[in-house]
Amino acid sequence: MSILNMTALELGRKIKSGDITAPEAARAVLEQIKTQEPVIHAYVTVDQEGALERAAGVQEKIRRGELTGPLAGVPVAVKDNLCTKGLLTTCSSNILYNFVPAYTAQAVLNLEDAGAVVVGKTNMDEFAMGSTTETSAFGVTRNPRNPDHVPGGSSGGSCAAVAAEECFCALGSDTGGSIRQPGSYCGVTGIKPTYGTVSRYGLIAYGSSLDQVGPIAKDVSDCAALLEAIASYDRKDSTSIPRKDLDFTGALVDDVRGMKIGIPRDYLGEGLDDEVRAAVLKAAQVLKDRGAVVEEFDLSLAEYAIPAYYVIASAEASSNLSRFDGVKYGLRAEEYEGLHQMYKKSRSQGFGPEVKRRIMLGSFVLSSGYYDAYYLKALRTKALIKKAFDKAFADYDVILGPVAPTTAPKLGESLQDPLKMYLGDIYTVSVNLAGIPAMTVPCGQDSKGLPIGLQLMGDCFQEKKIIRAAYTFEQTGEGR
Amino acid sequence: MANIITDETIDYVGILAKLELSREEKEAAKKDMGRMLDYIDKLNELDTAQAEPMSHIFSMNNVFREDVVTNGDDRDRILQNAPEQKEGAFKVPRTVE
Repeated sequence: MSILNMTALELGRKIKSGDITAPEAARAVLEQIKTQEPVIHAYVTVDQEGALERAAGVQEKIRRGELTGPLAGVPVAVKDNLCTKGLLTTCSSNILYNFVPAYTAQAVLNLEDAGAVVVGKTNMDEFAMGSTTETSAFGVTRNPRNPDHVPGGSSGGSCAAVAAEECFCALGSDTGGSIRQPGSYCGVTGIKPTYGTVSRYGLIAYGSSLDQVGPIAKDVSDCAALLEAIASYDRKDSTSIPRKDLDFTGALVDDVRGMKIGIPRDYLGEGLDDEVRAAVLKAAQVLKDRGAVVEEFDLSLAEYAIPAYYVIASAEASSNLSRFDGVKYGLRAEEYEGLHQMYKKSRSQGFGPEVKRRIMLGSFVLSSGYYDAYYLKALRTKALIKKAFDKAFADYDVILGPVAPTTAPKLGESLQDPLKMYLGDIYTVSVNLAGIPAMTVPCGQDSKGLPIGLQLMGDCFQEKKIIRAAYTFEQTGEGR
Repeated sequence: MANIITDETIDYVGILAKLELSREEKEAAKKDMGRMLDYIDKLNELDTAQAEPMSHIFSMNNVFREDVVTNGDDRDRILQNAPEQKEGAFKVPRTVE
């Protein structure tokens, strides 16, 4: 078995036992990056020198017995909207083309404290706005399972890097499906945790009430271990939640007997590709065969999640992105007259079309005269959606469905029609509005060989239930 | 299209958003925003009279702490990102004559 084929935990064990060193693992990944990147382009920045230096430091700490955790020495990738001290952080936007943070995001610090070695920063849709990683200012990322197709987005770089073995696991962020959807398209596993579980300190904000950092990995066990490493209560994030039980790897139990699983009929209707539907229902049957109680039910309100989401996310984005004005960091226009023109020109030159579209929409729905009709209406809808999930979780431990209506589209097919692209988020955005945890785990392939993802959703703080269901499904081998 | 976005609206939103759009961008914005708002109007099918606007899913209070400095002096490091700087400060065009 070559180093690259191992899961993060397998590699961690080999490093612990001394069979492989952290620098050897880092070199193997950097070599793979060199061969894969000309086609895949998963990374915006590869920090070869820094990675080798950090790997040597970690190896020394392992030798001295200071680092004993399961991820010590494991090379990881980090989405380029998470700040890394001294390492370029662009959000795949021209407006941050030269931004070098003075501090590191808490989630990345936690990962480094666990001994993981950051090798680089991954490509994404600009400011995480998009579903294909094609809105990146620095070029598209290709899907490692078929380079003619998109990897999904917005964490497309992180998911492609894991799928192409250009890292062992990665961090992404999920505002409306940005970990789960590319995870599904690339055939990897990812978790969007309960809102407040992972600190957002150092995550460059898109929709603050929806954003959550989460793990992307080759399998469920790696995901659980990675989530365990990054989750923490953080006083620097006022929405951070102190949680008692962060023992996510304790949920890696191959048993779903008696678990109640609900499939929303609303998630199986019109617009869902037949092959995706078949794969998801087959996965449900597999869990039923393993002893789960599986039934269909009406979740309701599914069709209202996308309009509510785009109002709320765009509103928050218009506010959050007002900080990019050419004063403190990033791009400043070369020619301007006066301060206001400097703001306007810098922003107009620095932001791409999709970001501008959402800032405009967000500014509109927050403007005087439209605030009640659009923004407050969306927040009221969010309350109803949350209530619908509360009702569902009174009956079910886990909600099961597809991640996306189709498998990965071809490159260049999605951006012409923004509204159509937004509709692809139908099965993922509700989770962010309700703040609940959800994950994607591979459940098969379509006739073109493109991966299909199974989505498992849990009630707030019930990550362990979805991890257990995902692990049990994975152990059957039916998802391959 | 039910929502007609006028040139005036686009200009006004451009001021709020601090964006200077080209003529083509304005035309595209009018079309995109109108289509998007038509779609968002779907929310009007829902009776939300009994639902309180929910900005945060957990009932949260302000998180207070003592105002004590815990980080070091990062001024120089932070200023390294400034497009222009002068004497330890961000430099901007003259705003007061």
